[in-house]
Amino acid sequence: MKITSIEDLKRIKEEAQKNTLLREGTADIKIVVCMGTCGIAAGARQVMSSLLDEVSKRNLKNVIITQAGCIGLCDREPLISVEKGGEKVYYGDLSPDKARQIISSHVVNGQIIGEWVVHTER
Amino acid sequence: MKELALHILDIMENSIRANASKICVSLVENSCSNQYILTIQDNGKGMDKEVLARVRDPFFTGQNKKVGMGIPLLEQLASMCGGKLDIVSQPGEGTMIQATFQKSHIDLPPLGDLPETLMVLFASHPEVEIEYEHVKDNCRWSFNTKKIFQELGLQGPQDIFPVLQGIKEWIQYHENQIQEGV
Repeated sequence: MKITSIEDLKRIKEEAQKNTLLREGTADIKIVVCMGTCGIAAGARQVMSSLLDEVSKRNLKNVIITQAGCIGLCDREPLISVEKGGEKVYYGDLSPDKARQIISSHVVNGQIIGEWVVHTER
Repeated sequence: MKELALHILDIMENSIRANASKICVSLVENSCSNQYILTIQDNGKGMDKEVLARVRDPFFTGQNKKVGMGIPLLEQLASMCGGKLDIVSQPGEGTMIQATFQKSHIDLPPLGDLPETLMVLFASHPEVEIEYEHVKDNCRWSFNTKKIFQELGLQGPQDIFPVLQGIKEWIQYHENQIQEGV
């Protein structure tokens, strides 16, 4: 279906509301995408877009996706951090595809992908 | 950067960092005068004369780091494409950045994935009102996020989430229409 008007968007929203009634939860996982100039130039927008897509496809109600500026690791961009249960893991050198894998492995199944980790804070 | 939409995202991030509650983005393409004008205006904290004098310097930044490439990169692109970059700012009132390009210039990158740029901003800063306008010769389309969110009855960020992809497709549809001159 092609979305051309506000009416179409209203329909999607109502459709979505029906689904959300089934799942409620508190947001306990926070993903931050670094969106400074360095991040944007390296592809942070595409990474964030794929994270948003994956999270909404899986209908994950407990995840917040937000953004921050440059954190000084410009050569490892695109970077994201995943905060879950008091532990903050930074992943670097990402691509939209890797971002999707982080959702399925780390966010959903709790398995940190060690190979891509650049830093961990506890 | 490979797309104008990435520059737009970068400059809009500056506005958000300057605590803007409203950002107006306008793209005006004029085939007759061969002009392409990008204007981003915000109501953020603005800049005083000293800061304004230094923002074009890549080794100046408002943040806790050593370089600030956003504005210098856009300025470089504008001058490379036979245009220029103007910045007007007033402390406490906001900032207006206007980049002018020669529409037919070979170095002018494509607009790129503008819907994705806007979607990423809605998702992470739903509280910021974004007004967007695209004029191409005698075609025009525009929207205001506050009005759309009100009309759809969206309140918190969690409400916006499920309709994000829809909004992106809706923007894409209208962008295609304007490119085709409808």
